[in-house]
Amino acid sequence: MIGALLLAMTLAPAVAGLGCVVVRRPRVCEALNLVASIVVLGAAIVLLVRPGDASRTYWNGYIVFDRLGAWTLLCTGLVYFLASLYAIGYMRMLDEERRLHGFYALFAAFAFTMLLGPLMNNVGVYWIAIEATTLVSTFLVGFERGRDSIEAAWKYIVIVSAGISLALLGTMLFYWGGSFVLGPSYDMTWDALASAAPRMQPQVLLMAFLLVLVGYGAKVGLAPMHTWLPDAHSEGPAPVSAMLSGALLNTAMLGIARFVSIVDRAALGPTPRTVLIVLGALSLTVAALFIVRQEGVKRLMAYSSVEHMGVLALGFGFGGPLGIAGALYHMLNHSLNKSLMFFGAGIVMRSYGTKEIAAIRGVLRHLPVVGALWLAGAVAITGAPPFALFLSEFMVLRAGLKTGEIWAVVVMAVLLIVIFVGFLNHFRRMYFDDEEAVAPQRGSSRWCVLPMWLAAAPLLVMGLWWPRWLWDYFAVAAAQLGGGGAG
Amino acid sequence: MLVANLTPLAASLFSLLAILSLVLTFVMLGSRWLMDYLRAFTAQSWLIAALSAAVGYYGNYPELYLVAILTLVFRGLLLPYLLLRIIRRLNINREIHETLQPSSALVAGAGAVIFAFIVAQHLGALMGLAGTVAVLALTIMLAMKLIGFLMLAARHEAISQILGLLVLENGIFLGSQILVPGMPLLIELVILFDLLVVVVSLGVLVRYLLAHVGSTSSRDLKRLVG
Repeated sequence: MIGALLLAMTLAPAVAGLGCVVVRRPRVCEALNLVASIVVLGAAIVLLVRPGDASRTYWNGYIVFDRLGAWTLLCTGLVYFLASLYAIGYMRMLDEERRLHGFYALFAAFAFTMLLGPLMNNVGVYWIAIEATTLVSTFLVGFERGRDSIEAAWKYIVIVSAGISLALLGTMLFYWGGSFVLGPSYDMTWDALASAAPRMQPQVLLMAFLLVLVGYGAKVGLAPMHTWLPDAHSEGPAPVSAMLSGALLNTAMLGIARFVSIVDRAALGPTPRTVLIVLGALSLTVAALFIVRQEGVKRLMAYSSVEHMGVLALGFGFGGPLGIAGALYHMLNHSLNKSLMFFGAGIVMRSYGTKEIAAIRGVLRHLPVVGALWLAGAVAITGAPPFALFLSEFMVLRAGLKTGEIWAVVVMAVLLIVIFVGFLNHFRRMYFDDEEAVAPQRGSSRWCVLPMWLAAAPLLVMGLWWPRWLWDYFAVAAAQLGGGGAG
Repeated sequence: MLVANLTPLAASLFSLLAILSLVLTFVMLGSRWLMDYLRAFTAQSWLIAALSAAVGYYGNYPELYLVAILTLVFRGLLLPYLLLRIIRRLNINREIHETLQPSSALVAGAGAVIFAFIVAQHLGALMGLAGTVAVLALTIMLAMKLIGFLMLAARHEAISQILGLLVLENGIFLGSQILVPGMPLLIELVILFDLLVVVVSLGVLVRYLLAHVGSTSSRDLKRLVG
């Protein structure tokens, strides 16, 4: 049953992508991609509520399915579905009808590679899945073929490929370290590495972990390896930005979380977690500095992604049931919220015909519905109650207090406040400044507004009401990760 | 463990091939002509193929013969051909504005090798492998990594950056042949294929760069800042 669902879930976007290449009719491609995304989301939800706690493997152990993976798949499925809805409206505004089938083929292929990552049981194959996401999404970033988008695509592929090659080196060192324990030839699964970790040479293990952390950290966009992120996230079409930010970053973060749980089993002391926490705090710092002085709308959202990946890194770094639960919850909230923000930014950018915050004025007057939803999203993403991100960020802070990393908690709290002020100040200028800007050129289609509603509603609901079973779910996920760290 | 019980002949053969690969990296570092980079990379790929075959022979890993043949075909012939096509399309044949002169780059590269050696020796001693070919493999793996990053940072031409990425990968592949020859075949094959896709993707992007930016130098890619 689960195996069949997993198969349907991964094959749906692959088939849709191939279909787009064959059929080439824009309207058909839109429909194919949307149907695939509905299948993925439906399967992800069913998989989430299925019974049974143990992680299981399929297909000769190449596929692993555990709580952490299921949760990441849900985030990916949600963003894929919302972005597919949004893309129908948004891509029609671009006047690229003749290349639209190519866009949807790449879009579905991108979703396919992102769904593969969390399911890979072999650490080497996981690396390849992550690398594949880069290769496909580069062309989505450069889809508009403008000077800026090609520049962003080039920087994206070069920086991320170089960074992620460090993760490959780290993976090799993991295998090498494990070969002293498990023999020269073995299947490098997450479980195998975890069982070998206590008997591996600690220095080799630490070096391998640091390489992997920096490598996948580059993909996640942790500072100081984040330099590609603002370019790539701001220059792609808005639905692509949402997928990059809301889904792709999580897929790579999952790898880091799994490696952390592996090194937890060895006696390495606090170093691995401290490094992760420092990277998280650094990401928050860089994000805060660039958010305050930001001039581009989508770059503002991109730096906010760096911020939230910093929060996730802190959550996994603090660890313990509370830290892991907070990080997983934050993952979902960020996926929904960042999709909402990029959707709004895309409509506003198209309507005003500019990327500059300074040229956007009176959003609420010109675009009442989109403007209201976007503003609610902005309040939510800065971590203000009553939205769900407030709860998850608060949980991460509490996890930090429990572990005794007080400095990190203080840094996080202060920077979140700085970001709150800086981020909303930009929105104050766009919404309530009196100076008159050029009036918007065109309205927004229903296809674009519907996904914004769908993203905003759960954020509010989950901020007010937190179901008990969700907490139980996170507790099991934390247990599967070893529940390491203090807490 | 393969490296712990090698005959002296095998150990010297592995060392020779590995060191020659490192020397070829320095050839890339010390030149500013794009064709030199390409020739050095090609020769390096052949050496790695030979190393795979040698490890397969002495370590009794028959599947490494297949890896050797595929390395020769993919890395030694197909990739250089693709890169040659990219270079032909460009209207330049050398690096013009290096951040680092080739002479300084060579010194920096030597520093990288020394650093890599210190790290490798430390790890080797901890693992009880001091003085074996494993230390050399680790040294070269780390040194090629550092030199690859040096090339990425100090060179501006698109093709130099592609070759920098390939040097990063070559270093890992070379080291892994000696350190973990028993690694499942599937992973090695997929990584080879992945490299091919990377180079094809980069080649397409170079074409876009030419068409939409009008330059393939990263010096001209600085519109997106802040």
